[in-house]
Amino acid sequence: MISLNNISKKYNMGHVTVNALGPVTLTIHKGEFVAVLGPSGSGKSTMMNILGCLDRPSLGEYLLDNTPVHGFSRTKLARVRNMKVGFVFQSFNLLPFATAYENVELPMLYAKISGKEREHTVKHLLEIVGLSDRASHRPAELSGGERQRIAVARALANNPDIILADEPTGNLDSKSGAEILNLFEQLHADGKTLIFVTHDENLASHAKRIIRLLDGKINQDYTQN
Amino acid sequence: MFVHGFKMISQFIGDMKKQKLRCFLTMSGITWGTMSVILLLAFGESFRIASMKNMSGMGNNIVVMGGSRTTLPYKGLPPGRYIQLREETVSLLKDYIPDIGYLSPETQKYVTLSIGPQKQNNNCVGVYPGYGMLRNLFPQKGGRFINPLDMENRRRVIFIGTQISEKFFAKESNPVGKILMVNGIPFTVIGVMQNKVQNSSYMTQDKNIVFIPYTTCRDVFGAKYVNRIIFKAKNDVDTPKIKENIHEVLGRRLGFAKDDKDAIWMWDTTEMTQFIHYFFLGFEAFLFLGGVLTLIVGGIGVANIMYVSIRERRREIGIRTALGATPRLILLQFMLESFIIMFIGGSLGVLGAWLIVTLFGSPALTGVQVVLGKPVINLNIALIVATVLALTGFAAGWSPARNASNMDPVRALEF
Ligand SMILES: Nc1ncnc2c1ncn2[C@@H]1O[C@H](COP(=O)(O)OP(=O)(O)OP(=O)(O)O)[C@@H](O)[C@H]1O
Ligand SMILES: [Mg+2]
Repeated sequence: MISLNNISKKYNMGHVTVNALGPVTLTIHKGEFVAVLGPSGSGKSTMMNILGCLDRPSLGEYLLDNTPVHGFSRTKLARVRNMKVGFVFQSFNLLPFATAYENVELPMLYAKISGKEREHTVKHLLEIVGLSDRASHRPAELSGGERQRIAVARALANNPDIILADEPTGNLDSKSGAEILNLFEQLHADGKTLIFVTHDENLASHAKRIIRLLDGKINQDYTQN
Repeated sequence: MFVHGFKMISQFIGDMKKQKLRCFLTMSGITWGTMSVILLLAFGESFRIASMKNMSGMGNNIVVMGGSRTTLPYKGLPPGRYIQLREETVSLLKDYIPDIGYLSPETQKYVTLSIGPQKQNNNCVGVYPGYGMLRNLFPQKGGRFINPLDMENRRRVIFIGTQISEKFFAKESNPVGKILMVNGIPFTVIGVMQNKVQNSSYMTQDKNIVFIPYTTCRDVFGAKYVNRIIFKAKNDVDTPKIKENIHEVLGRRLGFAKDDKDAIWMWDTTEMTQFIHYFFLGFEAFLFLGGVLTLIVGGIGVANIMYVSIRERRREIGIRTALGATPRLILLQFMLESFIIMFIGGSLGVLGAWLIVTLFGSPALTGVQVVLGKPVINLNIALIVATVLALTGFAAGWSPARNASNMDPVRALEF
């Protein structure tokens, strides 16, 4: 379960302070399927980064499975990123010199999973995203859609409960985007918590809950069928 | 854990392969620095040893003394009188100054050496048996130096330098037992001097001299005075005290004031030994500093490269930390890279230095080796270089690696 309590993020830009996010109070339960929408600059990425422990809030409390992570050290945050959340980026963020296989394997190396188990999991994940035959390809040898599917497989590596995706389809054509969303729906069916940012109302309509941000604050938050 | 460590390290090395040129340039800096330190130390050391050895060609820590002119009045006698040493001076020294070890007078004659029609004018020196030890005159195999029986019996025996041997005797033949005429008087050769390097002398070099027993010399050629007396302290540290005593003892006997240091001249090679010792201490410190500075410059190169590398790989670091790499692991990765560069660069440097030292030790270069010695890479040098390399690697890697490990993933991924 995710619980944000008066979370905000401010940037000091010389004389002025930019309020990028918040204050935001928000609860997301296990197994929810959430789409985050909002105009450019409304704070979507800022919120996702805080949720994914990639960034730390300026103020407020963040409870992740009832653990207050807002005050965690860098090392502890690294563990949370490694084990509890999988993050999918708009620009894929795969290691360019590593193969698809090695990219998916990386979070498991950091989790000190044994070689046998790693091999088993990587193969399984590549199968799920339908890229078993691309295991030894490097990112440059893959299409955008394939790269993002590898990134999704990587996000699943340590079997986290939560998958976060910041505009995962932003760099993809509509067909590849649909494939990614398809994957998300599968994961949702498997009981994962899914939160993704999009500009595409059509894609957002697949989610069960919609959160609309405006100027760093939650403007609308509703469930759809 | 070890398995993961291994996988990590092989991954780091994989990463480094992507940066071949960068690593290559840095490594060459380290290789160059390592080679400089080792070579400077190895050659400095061998040069010192060679110089010491060449110095001792004339003798180890000996004092050569001879009579001169007084500069002070003594018991109503005016200054400017000649002081001359005699054979009895030698026994006087032996009796009064027990700290003296080997002791020998030297009576130098200019003679004609001949065998049949072959003739050569040459220095001939009459000495005591101890002279061989004083002046490092060691016989080649099958020969010997003058002994006490030669002295006692005033034997007509002769010990010859290598040049004399080459001049009068065929190359392969052994001159020992053969006859060499000295001013027409037959002398039996008892030994040929072993080759030695001698970088100082007061007559000609020993290889051009012939030596005969002092008593024989006195009988055959006459010797009222001795030209010089050579001695060595039983214990080298006593040399200054002995020199002091000599002025006092001889002053009373030969008639000069004990403060009249110029009445007797003395050449103390221990002073030279000490000078050489300190000279090389400074010389080696200088070389070492030069080498270490070179290495440090190499280390700064590594640090710089690490900074550049981390800037270039900011995104990679961001990805790794986003996926759960702990700051410690990032630190470890970059420290390890720094050490690997140091290790490979250092090893190549050691190899290069070893090659040069080996080439330098080849027989083709014996001429240079006489002066510079045969360089060796000893354990001390190896330990010093290893320590300096490790410290440099640590210093160079630490700060950039620290910076990299302290980046929040979003900051690293912004670029
Ligand atoms: N590092 C930063 N320094 C200063 N201001 C920042 C920084 N990062 C974000 N901001 C500001 O915070 C606000 C929110 O940015 P954010 O990236 O979260 O918006 P977004 O909703 O993701 O927009 P987009 O749809 O364009 O991705 C913006 O006004 C942005 O200029
Ligand atoms: Mg954004």
